[in-house]
Amino acid sequence: MPLRTSAAVLAGKTARVASRMRGGGSALPGLVAEKVDPQFLRHTLSQVTGGIVVVSGTNGKTTTTKMLVALLRAHGRTVFTNPTGSNFTRGVVSSMLPQIGPSGRLDADLAVLELDEAHALKFAATVRPTHALLLNVARDQLDRFAEIDHTARLLAGLARHTTDGVVLNLDDDFVARIADDEGDRLTVRYFGVHASIADRLPELREQDVRFGEPFTPPTPGPDDGLLRPRDERAFDIVFGECAVGPVTLQQRGLAAMINATAATTTARLLLGDAFSAQTAADALALVRPPFGRGEVVMVGGQPLELVLVKNPAGFTVALGTYGSSPVATMIAVNDNDADGRDVSWLYDVSFESLRERGVAWTSGIRAYDIALRLEYDEVPVAHVEPELTAALDAFTAAHPDEPKRIFCTYTAMMALRRTLAARHDLPDFGEEG
Amino acid sequence: MSKGVIRVVHLYPREMSIYGDLGNTRALAARIRRHGYQAEVVGHDPGDPFPDDPHLLLGGGGQDSGQLRVEEDLDRNADRLRTLAADGVPMLMICGMYQLFGNAFITVEGTRLPGLGILDVTTQGNRTRMIGPVVLDTEFGDVVGYENHSGSTTLGPGQAPFGRVRAGYGNNPDDGTEGARTANVVGSYLHGPILPANPRLADALIGYAAERATGEPFRPEVLDDGLADEARGRQVRRLTGVARNGRREAWSRPWRRGERRAG
Ligand SMILES: [Zn+2]
Repeated sequence: MPLRTSAAVLAGKTARVASRMRGGGSALPGLVAEKVDPQFLRHTLSQVTGGIVVVSGTNGKTTTTKMLVALLRAHGRTVFTNPTGSNFTRGVVSSMLPQIGPSGRLDADLAVLELDEAHALKFAATVRPTHALLLNVARDQLDRFAEIDHTARLLAGLARHTTDGVVLNLDDDFVARIADDEGDRLTVRYFGVHASIADRLPELREQDVRFGEPFTPPTPGPDDGLLRPRDERAFDIVFGECAVGPVTLQQRGLAAMINATAATTTARLLLGDAFSAQTAADALALVRPPFGRGEVVMVGGQPLELVLVKNPAGFTVALGTYGSSPVATMIAVNDNDADGRDVSWLYDVSFESLRERGVAWTSGIRAYDIALRLEYDEVPVAHVEPELTAALDAFTAAHPDEPKRIFCTYTAMMALRRTLAARHDLPDFGEEG
Repeated sequence: MSKGVIRVVHLYPREMSIYGDLGNTRALAARIRRHGYQAEVVGHDPGDPFPDDPHLLLGGGGQDSGQLRVEEDLDRNADRLRTLAADGVPMLMICGMYQLFGNAFITVEGTRLPGLGILDVTTQGNRTRMIGPVVLDTEFGDVVGYENHSGSTTLGPGQAPFGRVRAGYGNNPDDGTEGARTANVVGSYLHGPILPANPRLADALIGYAAERATGEPFRPEVLDDGLADEARGRQVRRLTGVARNGRREAWSRPWRRGERRAG
């Protein structure tokens, strides 16, 4: 390790202790380390010889990263990851510091990093990833990226900076098309859904209107993983003649199953012959849902599920997953920066599956806007209460004997989680995991 | 018994309806029914024959790539659209389609892309995006929505705006106007989508369309717009700092003329 980098580690660690004591943000120590050695990230990650994997895309990064790390660790690999969801290079540096020993070495065979589209490209310009797992392109954070096309270009740029292999979403035209440009240079693997559930595809994808001709996805090969559900909870991941499964996740829903398929396809690429289907199925079964992704809190003996929604594709999939089981429903919509300030996207979601049971409460800063949206889908709304705590208390009190579900945007979820923690003795909760 | 059939044409629903603009079509169809008329919604895709006798036209915003794909079709139907507009057919064109209904769009590089010229406006592409919630004063009362555009639009002499900006940017960062209106054609940057939360505007468009469809005056029903009024009222109060009693609680509209957010 260059002297400058050692100094950076020391400075960063000091800042880390200092920021812990003040309860400060997780990026500060990384900032300090980077100030001392601008090449810190490159130097440190150059010691990781088993692969540098970047996971990016709009939906499912956190869950998929968690699953991929669990799969690799179950196969005996030491993995460095950025577990706090500090979604940019400084956050990566910050989470790296505690794992660097006195020798200055990062103790890891592989690095698996979750990065959003813009930061992934910046990261790749400094450290060339060996592998990239590209999940999807959906309408999200329009305030920041403004255009889906732009997001697609960022992911294509990330693939261009990758040295060995990419794992692409077969069912997302924006992502699958990337193989056209990079297929000759890189190993390409796909993940997708099995023909048996192809009818669910339209709700999962965005229209790619950049090209006049509709895109014909490639035919999946024996190393491409396809999701084949058995029922609402159990599924197989089919690779040609072989399969991983049955897998049952702790987290429910189609989105989580697709994430597991993506992670397993990637783990199989990285591990080669060392990959074991049984080890993989066992490891996936143990992965706990990340914070706010189908997290269940027991309230008065009944489960209350918090479901984070942040864009039309995600909300539609969540409704499709959960729509069938009868529960009392609340929807909380805020429009702070972290939620996305534009709530127009609610009109790109179909709420018809809620029509029969209705929605008990709407809440959040835009409580009336979501109630109005539901009215246009003829979904009855019993109560509108913008104040989140008041709505939560009234909602739980009015439905003591049945399971409950709250669909919520990010800052609404944070606030509700805080109230629930205070009322119901929840385990500690950290940052977005 | 139906009071008549109102034919709503959504121009380019695939290419030009980003940011929830399909919600406008949904809101119009629902309100047409609630007013006792029958709604017939037709999607017009590039290359399709132009629908016969439309009573109301809608268009939304799109990606640059989507915009490129519709230009040829717009060109082919330009005379038809100009005639319908001059004839009083109500049209609501949002964001990208608003720009295409103007005289021209001038790119950052200086290339002049001609538009339909139905609205006397010219849009200059620039690198700063105007993004954020908007409140307008219009002839249809307070109108709320959300803008997200990089084009800066200027009204020609004599061109009426759609509204005056109370919070947000509007056509450009400088003159306080938003959108444009000629005959019954309204162009605006407001997503949100604009119609659900602003039912007076929706009903005005439906009214013009109903007269055209039936040859008789619009016969509206009394609708309960409680949720829309509350949603809109809250945004107005929050963004302009005007309390319910009309008193100004706080003067804050930092997104206007002050600091510009990067976008
Ligand atoms: Zn726009």
